[in-house]
Amino acid sequence: MKSGWLLWLPLALFAALGALFLGGLLHPEERVITSKMIGKPLPAFTLPQAASDRPALVSAEFAQGKPRLLNIFASWCVPCAAESPQLMALAQAGVPIDGIAIRDAREDVDAFLARWGNPYSHIGLDARSSVQIALGSSGVPETFLIDGQGRIVFQHVGDIRAEDVPGIIAKWKAAQ
Amino acid sequence: MIAELGLAALWLAASLALLQLALAAFGLKQGREDLLGGVRPVAVTQALLVALAFLCLVLLFLRSDMSVLLVAMNSHSAKPWLYKFAGTWGNHEGSMLLWVTVMGVAGAGVALFERTLRRDTHMATLGAQAAISLGFYAFLLFSSNPFARLDPPAPDGQGLNPLLQDPGLAFHPPTLYLGYVGLSVAFSFAVGALMTRNVDAAFARAMRPWVLGAWVLLTLGITAGSYWAYYELGWGGWWFWDPVENASLMPWLAATALLHSVTVLATRDALRAWTVMLAVVAFSMSMVGTFLVRSGILTSVHAFAVDPERGSFILALLAIYIGGALALFGLRVGTVREGEQFEMMSREALLVVNNLLLTVILGVVLIGTLYPLMTEAFGHKVSVGPPYFDRIAGPLALILMLAMIVGPLTRWRRDRAGVVAGRLLWPAIVMLGLVAVLAVTAWGRIGVLPFLGLVVAGGVALGSLIPLTKRNLRRTPLFIWGMVIAHLGCAVSLAGMASESAFNVEKLIAMAPGDSVETAGWTVRFDRVAPIAGDNWTAMQADVSASRGGATARLRPQSRFFTSPPTTTTESAILTKWDGQLYVVLGDRLDDGRWQMRIWWKPFVTLIWLGGVLIALGGVLAIIGRERRGWALKLRQIRAGEFG
Amino acid sequence: MRALLCFLLALLLVQPVLAQTALPPAPYADRQLDDPAQEKKARDLMLTIRCLTCQSQSIADSNASMAGDLRSEIRQRIAAGEEPEHIRQWLIERYGDWISYEPTADPILWPLWGLPILLLIVGGLIAMGRIRRRGKKGDGA
Repeated sequence: MKSGWLLWLPLALFAALGALFLGGLLHPEERVITSKMIGKPLPAFTLPQAASDRPALVSAEFAQGKPRLLNIFASWCVPCAAESPQLMALAQAGVPIDGIAIRDAREDVDAFLARWGNPYSHIGLDARSSVQIALGSSGVPETFLIDGQGRIVFQHVGDIRAEDVPGIIAKWKAAQ
Repeated sequence: MIAELGLAALWLAASLALLQLALAAFGLKQGREDLLGGVRPVAVTQALLVALAFLCLVLLFLRSDMSVLLVAMNSHSAKPWLYKFAGTWGNHEGSMLLWVTVMGVAGAGVALFERTLRRDTHMATLGAQAAISLGFYAFLLFSSNPFARLDPPAPDGQGLNPLLQDPGLAFHPPTLYLGYVGLSVAFSFAVGALMTRNVDAAFARAMRPWVLGAWVLLTLGITAGSYWAYYELGWGGWWFWDPVENASLMPWLAATALLHSVTVLATRDALRAWTVMLAVVAFSMSMVGTFLVRSGILTSVHAFAVDPERGSFILALLAIYIGGALALFGLRVGTVREGEQFEMMSREALLVVNNLLLTVILGVVLIGTLYPLMTEAFGHKVSVGPPYFDRIAGPLALILMLAMIVGPLTRWRRDRAGVVAGRLLWPAIVMLGLVAVLAVTAWGRIGVLPFLGLVVAGGVALGSLIPLTKRNLRRTPLFIWGMVIAHLGCAVSLAGMASESAFNVEKLIAMAPGDSVETAGWTVRFDRVAPIAGDNWTAMQADVSASRGGATARLRPQSRFFTSPPTTTTESAILTKWDGQLYVVLGDRLDDGRWQMRIWWKPFVTLIWLGGVLIALGGVLAIIGRERRGWALKLRQIRAGEFG
Repeated sequence: MRALLCFLLALLLVQPVLAQTALPPAPYADRQLDDPAQEKKARDLMLTIRCLTCQSQSIADSNASMAGDLRSEIRQRIAAGEEPEHIRQWLIERYGDWISYEPTADPILWPLWGLPILLLIVGGLIAMGRIRRRGKKGDGA
């Protein structure tokens, strides 16, 4: 005599598999790798000057009482050019923005800024992505909000779209 | 015109599949021989029509007809003809059309050549095959029409991904497809047998050639895919435990288990329910693999052709066919008479061990592949990769290999442990010898798994040949040769894997033209680098000379740039020697004008794929050995006009 | 089937030329450490760190520039005497468990190890039960 439940076990396992697949279809896996540094202090760094007419960037800049945006970009990155109008709008709204140029060269950064506008107060050059890695950032462009005590409070992965701007301004105000 | 003809043929084929299913179902239900008589001719006609549809698509690709959407999206008039041809199935729609075509042709094969099965089981099998085809026809016609027109026509196509522009593409995917479809036939046999309550040795003998054939093709497909990844990716890896790779491994594992259990059923009429179960599992793994690749629910597969809508369609098919078959299993298998009995010490029992281990390895691969999906549901992102699979599947595979030595040396039904142990004397001596040699020469330098792998490979290599001793080799049946060669192939492949993992030598170095470097006994000289143009690409090509012991060979690694679409690929240069491969890759140009070179010496790495080919060859010999007589008989019958 | 095609694509990360930087690779991206023992440590670690931009391969066999930067970072840290597990922890702090192919001791991963063992035991028991029963019947017959 074969045990009855055993015969239905394959179907049960298969149903579980199907449910998992269905769940996977309905809620696709989150492809974005977010930084686990949110809520933690900004790692200390000193980066050399990346653009001719902007000073270099040191992490101490971020613990002076005022929240600031830290934008990770590169002159060779197409979405970075696409998000520049939004960064300009943020700068116009009074949000201070610093930039980190990844794997870049000064002439390229200068040309990029001349063409797409320059919303940054300081720009540091991260030639080997080491600060990017220390921040837990996985690509360009990404934007971090750092509060006045030098704590990372928010990360935006990918290019900032026009509809993202009000939310970022609100977050920046809330971090005051 | 050709596109419309193809579409019409596809619709007709789909209607005939429906007719085939209806004739089989009503014919069996009402016991009407007139209806059943139509099933086989309809199956053959359906195959001809779907083959015509596929031919139309091939023609459209060869003629670069840019008024067809699929061609415009995936081809380019400047491509070499081979890649236009292979481009037919280098995309979702075309590959699904290939799938139903092969399925239709296989169905015609079952209709024409199967003559030993009980008639009602045969008809139920053809009905099941039509039902599966029908789902895929619906998939094609309602959500993935390959013949859709583009109005106005595109000036030229978007091109085929450069990575896919490789002779490997022409043969590797169809090989795997054929394997999957072979498993669908095994599935149909299982469903037919359950429907007609006819699970016995005759059923197993009817199903066996399809299982063997599918297994041979899957083996070849995976072997070719592995070698392709090895030379095309440019980092010297041959297996990555990537989700999509696992998707092709799972059906192979299930088919391997099925292959062994079907032999038990055919020879000893035991393991009835389990064999039916495995036939269902094997095909379900093909479909799960297809689902994982096409739906994009796992990160690996984001590259192209992923589409949640297609994913839902495949999931629905999966639920209907596999869910239905498993429900049928639950309902019917209790009524299947229990098969013959055997003892703990018998070849049957060892084949049960084989099936258990293969099933657990299959479970490990499935769980490991899907685990990130499960944790994602709890908001926790994890990665499951080589460290996990190596550690769990590796030891299980080694135990499986040990059982592979014992199994063929054990008698069916019952054997005496002491006698079996005596037969194992020589493999045991070889393995102990290898342990001693490796312990002295390589202890601490190589990992535990490669160490054990080399030892077990030696034991299996010798053990696999023992069944030939005390036999007249000329009179040894072909299927025994098949088993011996397939098992030897496993040992050869394992030896290659272990040797590559244990003794691989890597040299990463920046070189200027004129520089040489010594590595692993080779002197590698970077002579010059110069641009070169191909059909639809340009490249920087390095001239490298490699010398060892007075002989010198030239290697020409490239860094290739394609324009449509714009992409860079590295073309590694590989020098094959009897004792391994020298693998050279040209990397980036550095600031100071030197070039980054990656050089590997991989001792005996070729054994991995040589073993794969041997395994497949063993399968082919087994098919010929088992089926030769039957085929001759069937051909005579067909020639005598007994068809129908 | 196309499984392996997709797989290859995913692995090689076919990117438009534009998306990669023109800058030459980081110093130790493709340069081995002089000390073979240190290089082995670094390589073993790199094989278990997942590439960020290509999603489905380790940084040890990826052409992506960020993978090269990570390799360089790891080699430099190992050369400076840092332990591989410390570097792994440092990366996990930044990117989460996702970055490491080497499973952590997190309870959410326990079933990953437990299920195969459970499968082996349950399957073994079922098979043993069947064979034994059959054996007895066989004796009786």
